[in-house]
Amino acid sequence: MNTLKKAFATFALAGSVAGVSAPAMARDTISIVGSSTVYPFATVVAERFGTKTDFRTPKLESTGSGGGMKLFCQGIGTQHPDITNASRRMKASEFDLCQKNGVADITEFRIGSDGIVIASSKEAENLELTLEQLFLALGAKVPVNGEWVVNPNKNWSDVDASLPNKPIRVMGPPPTSGTRDSFNELALAAGCDALPEAKGLNEDQHKTICESVREDGAFIEAGENDNLIVQKLIGDTGMYGVFGYSFLEENVDRLQAATLNGMTPTAEAIASDDYPVARSLFFYVKKAHVGVIPGMQDFVSEFTSNAAMGRNGYLKDVGLIVPPRDQLMNLMDKAETMPNLTKEELM
Amino acid sequence: MTDQHSQAELVRQSLKARYRKERRFRAYGIIAIAIALAALVTLFADIIGKGYTGFQKTTVTLNVDLDGEIMYLDDATDKRQLKMADFVEPLVLALMKEIPDATEADRDAIKDLINPYASVTLREALEANPGWLGTTRTMTFLTHTDVDVYVKHAGDEGYSIKLNDQQKAWVDELESRGIVDTSFNDVFFSGGDSRDPSKAGILGAVVGSLLTMFVTLALSFPIGVAAAIYLEEFAPQNKFTDFIEVNINNLAAVPSIIFGLLGLAVFINLFGMPRSVPVVGGLVLTLMTLPTIIISSRAAIKSVPPSIREAAEGMGASKMQVVLHHVLPLAMPGMLTGSIIGMAQALGETAPLLLIGMVAFIVDVPNGFFDSATVLPVQVFLWAGSPELAFIERASAAIMVLLAFLISMNALAIWLRKRLERRW
Repeated sequence: MNTLKKAFATFALAGSVAGVSAPAMARDTISIVGSSTVYPFATVVAERFGTKTDFRTPKLESTGSGGGMKLFCQGIGTQHPDITNASRRMKASEFDLCQKNGVADITEFRIGSDGIVIASSKEAENLELTLEQLFLALGAKVPVNGEWVVNPNKNWSDVDASLPNKPIRVMGPPPTSGTRDSFNELALAAGCDALPEAKGLNEDQHKTICESVREDGAFIEAGENDNLIVQKLIGDTGMYGVFGYSFLEENVDRLQAATLNGMTPTAEAIASDDYPVARSLFFYVKKAHVGVIPGMQDFVSEFTSNAAMGRNGYLKDVGLIVPPRDQLMNLMDKAETMPNLTKEELM
Repeated sequence: MTDQHSQAELVRQSLKARYRKERRFRAYGIIAIAIALAALVTLFADIIGKGYTGFQKTTVTLNVDLDGEIMYLDDATDKRQLKMADFVEPLVLALMKEIPDATEADRDAIKDLINPYASVTLREALEANPGWLGTTRTMTFLTHTDVDVYVKHAGDEGYSIKLNDQQKAWVDELESRGIVDTSFNDVFFSGGDSRDPSKAGILGAVVGSLLTMFVTLALSFPIGVAAAIYLEEFAPQNKFTDFIEVNINNLAAVPSIIFGLLGLAVFINLFGMPRSVPVVGGLVLTLMTLPTIIISSRAAIKSVPPSIREAAEGMGASKMQVVLHHVLPLAMPGMLTGSIIGMAQALGETAPLLLIGMVAFIVDVPNGFFDSATVLPVQVFLWAGSPELAFIERASAAIMVLLAFLISMNALAIWLRKRLERRW
């Protein structure tokens, strides 16, 4: 009885203490947010940085590029993140938001490339597609005799006689994913633009028609977990999957990738932008936090070092398509001088 | 008479059909249980089948010649020298000695068999024992994750082996001599997260879970019990208390992610608390578990027979004495059970933590309530989405640890109930 009462009182006391003590604490860990595509690379750098130096290992949150920008631009102060990763460039509107909230000085780092691949099991028939054919297979609406109609193509061979006579079944990321954004923009819209019928579309129509994926079951949204898509492809030879290059590289003995416009996705082809569905990856540094949060400058140097992003760098081992040497040297200079990003650059 | 007779006849005739109906009804029940059990068995078989290898690590035992000249090191206590010393070279040389047919050209292929963080292990060992410099030591290191996957999953369809044929032959040979060996994965229980699957551990997540749960329990139990006592024993029965009661019941059914949004808006944006810390996680989970605790505590108080209260009042006890001396001790087992079940629910929660930044890559094991931390289910979520295949078995192993926690919490709830419960 008495012990129960005492226990009760202790709980109540502990509760009230934990409740009131909420100081705005100084932070000694770098806080990084942003793209889930950059996350696997940034985490490796963070971990190496943590073991190599006396600083604490930075904390990384995978919030998506847009979510990261929002958090990053919320303001200056230890409750806001120091660095944000992005699988696309900062938008002018995001830059304005940053300025409005007092995040004036930002430095941009372009850290390499990533390709989006269309892969299948090694036992399946490999596709050789043009972007145009890809759009005709996956677009929500396609032109038939000059009219935009709901995509009637059931089999790959309906799109082009050279393609396999098999039903179109493609698994890919959901609309919330940055990979899907890039896929819509770089693959589908580009394929759409290659069609003569696309010339007559105004800007709004272009966005709704050229960047829409069909929803009749031929394109299956598989969630953010790319491992699931890989598992599915291995079990089902009639299925094709859309995901980032690093997942292809991790499963290179079981998967093959379709060629797009005649290009096979290799590290070289993606780095040189010869592979059509390639995008750049970025991170943005809040300069007001450099010198306040310990280790910021050192972390940026580590990220842009030859050990990380060089020809034999450890980021290459985890699937990053590293920038060529001259760009890397530029990055290193940038890490030292930290030039400000201007709105003109983003326009 | 004839009427009655024919009724009995009717009953007799329908009897068979009614028995059949009853048997069918029972069969439905049995089928339902069988489906539930089958689902459970499939789940467990899948997790254990995938995850048991996560509890094994692959190591390589080497006679490392700690030669100062090879490492560019002549004083292992000098911080500057340690920084510039080469700790990879002695490992590569030691492993090359174990592979007699290897030539200088195979150097890179051999280096790729050793874990990239093995050199850190060697450096730390030397820092701790500077006297080892110049001696030869038999030490055990982690292998590269590719070797780990090959040793554990050669021939398994679900994994891809990234070693080349020569490396495979070396590993086979080393394994037959016992130099490469699998053993219990203590790294998994003693390390924080890592992007190298061999080095990844759940200690950071377990500590984060414990800190978060402590905050949750310390807040939600006293608040929940106090609210339940007031509502049950002291509150007047009017529209206002009815309104509160309806709202508490509604809150119990609110999707957990809503509490995360609330936590983000109130604790982080309004109060300026840091992101990703156990205190904020605990506060959010407190909001989530409060309704559960209040409801179960009220049920426990209600189940105390009125005769106890009446007897106490008859002996001249005040209302507060009745509650504290008689009702609360008798209701305590029910309250504790409800709280533990609420805690178990909170332990498995990820959605509300996503918004307050606890879904993050955190390597260092947290050492306080205001340190960045993550929790066990989040760790499972992060590993399951990693491109490295070796994380799949770690994720399944982490699920097993999480299930073990949940089962033991529920067992504790049952034990407490059995132990403390009184029947009338």
